[in-house]
Amino acid sequence: MKVLVPVKRVIDYNVKVRVRTDGSGVDLANVKMSMNPFDEIAVEEALRLRESGIASEIIAVSVGVRKAQLVLRTALAMGADRAIHIVTGDDPHVDVEPLAVAKILHRIVQQEQPGLVLMGKQAIDNDLNATGQMLAGLMACGQATFASELRVDDGQATATREVDGGLQVVQLTLPCVVTVDLRMNEPRYPSLPNIRKARRKPFAVHGPEDLGVDISPRLNILHTVEPPARKAGEILSTVDDLVAKLRDEAEVI
Amino acid sequence: MAVLLVAELNGSSLATDLTAKTICAARQLGSVTALCASEGCEEAAEEAGRLDGVDKVLVASDGRYGHQLAEPTAELIVALSSEFEHIVGPASTSAQNILPRVAALLDVMMISDITAVIDDNTFERPIYAGNAIQTVQSIDHHKVITVRTASYDAVGEGTPAPVVAIEPVADPGSSSWVEDRVAASDRPELTSARAVVSGGRGVGSHDDFELIEKLADKLGAAVGASRAAVDSGFAPNDWQVGQTGKVVAPDLYVAIGISGAIQHLAGMKDSKIIVAINKDGEAPIFQVADYGLVADLFTAVPELIDKLD
Ligand SMILES: Cc1cc2nc3c(=O)[nH]c(=O)nc-3n(C[C@H](O)[C@H](O)[C@H](O)COP(=O)(O)OP(=O)(O)OC[C@H]3O[C@@H](n4cnc5c(N)ncnc54)[C@H](O)[C@@H]3O)c2cc1C
Repeated sequence: MKVLVPVKRVIDYNVKVRVRTDGSGVDLANVKMSMNPFDEIAVEEALRLRESGIASEIIAVSVGVRKAQLVLRTALAMGADRAIHIVTGDDPHVDVEPLAVAKILHRIVQQEQPGLVLMGKQAIDNDLNATGQMLAGLMACGQATFASELRVDDGQATATREVDGGLQVVQLTLPCVVTVDLRMNEPRYPSLPNIRKARRKPFAVHGPEDLGVDISPRLNILHTVEPPARKAGEILSTVDDLVAKLRDEAEVI
Repeated sequence: MAVLLVAELNGSSLATDLTAKTICAARQLGSVTALCASEGCEEAAEEAGRLDGVDKVLVASDGRYGHQLAEPTAELIVALSSEFEHIVGPASTSAQNILPRVAALLDVMMISDITAVIDDNTFERPIYAGNAIQTVQSIDHHKVITVRTASYDAVGEGTPAPVVAIEPVADPGSSSWVEDRVAASDRPELTSARAVVSGGRGVGSHDDFELIEKLADKLGAAVGASRAAVDSGFAPNDWQVGQTGKVVAPDLYVAIGISGAIQHLAGMKDSKIIVAINKDGEAPIFQVADYGLVADLFTAVPELIDKLD
């Protein structure tokens, strides 16, 4: 069984985001970029499925700017077998929308026929939490979102989902889409020999037009601003002071 | 313009607070028809109909909707979509599972987690873990939206709206429910509580997390946790507050042994009053706290519990 793992290049989760003062967006020039943390977990889970003999081949795919090839190299260095890069230009400030990404992924699914698509539950830049669900809709297949545990056997995937009330276990017929939450696993670091090996792995590059997908946006971004800042509070020296403040000043107890 | 509101259901009962907050946003967009899709949810439908701003309720009470699985529920919503320009639900794990699938089937973009309605097509939503607020304008024929409920007040009760039963549609059958693992609790729910007390890695163990729970009970608060506390097994996953957990905005948020990473702040920085108890005076949580106590939580929290009597 092939496993398709979409990965996105995003601002590193440790970087403090700077919003441009002219309202045009977040400054991504000269900022550390990395693989979306949820996607790393998806890659790791795919590797474990291959190590346990369930997956035969892992294909990492990224839709994004030319430099997104670096996150594909990371996926290959972690152990993915080959990569497909759909290049969407050079400007990191242009975020291809989940609908367009899902359409591109759908085309790749039609070509590659994976048994499973494993992907992050959300990208930490646009926080949309949508691409996996959209892809599953286009594929007309089952979906398990926000999964923290996954078992695949006999043409079925059983996933434990982290939901508002606790956990929900669902079973899906393959092929299906599973989006992963943070607790699924601890992703490995690529080893030096594997980084070297990754350079020789197959790496295909296409444009969205090669797949016949129109990626023009459906949402116009009118402006982007900083959220209102909280004003600095005060440091109190005793629990008594705290109780007094909560009672008399804030009136919350 | 007509709005289809996907009511939030826990099994067969209405999640009243989440639904009522979502209506507060939805009614700015037009006349609201609420959809209750579950099994045995007739009573929930009546209750939804009593919420102010709901003009009509559609109830699809059928086994295939009993666990709010995305595949059959999305088919149902798509079948109803021709009469509505907006399809709106809360940014809960349930609606966030279903609605992007609906959007793809309608060939429109998903608009997740809105915090403000500017006009019929224009919305504000946080991005980058709430470090920026984006205003987006949709050019699609349908707007499929989830609402950040922490940004809205719950509507009250109004004149009861008519409830109409509708037929289920074919279930694609690509998924099935196995089990729910849900711990029952007498405490208020995180997303609707007036006060929240959260513990982080600093609490140190599952057993010591009882201290957080004791303080919460004293305050009549819900219990929250940082990701590190959940990952370490101190607290269950549904207590997590943050970018990947729940977003809360209570009157009082008490962060104990939590450093204040941006991903945690993303879930609580709109709280009215924030209290931080942390032994490290440099912890970033103090930058957003109204009241800070630089102290060891194992002495400060028991003392606080005592003095709240
Ligand atoms: C993609 C992504 C998403 C994430 N989503 C979330 C999310 O939704 N929610 C979330 O919370 N995190 C999230 N995180 C994790 C986040 O980055 C932090 O790692 C996490 O919030 C840290 O939790 P903490 O503050 O409990 O632990 P730490 O950062 O380890 O802080 C522990 C604090 O406890 C204090 N302390 C220790 N002992 C005591 C004592 N005896 N008395 C008083 N204070 C004490 C320490 O001074 C320290 O400040 C996410 C991370 C990523 C990469």
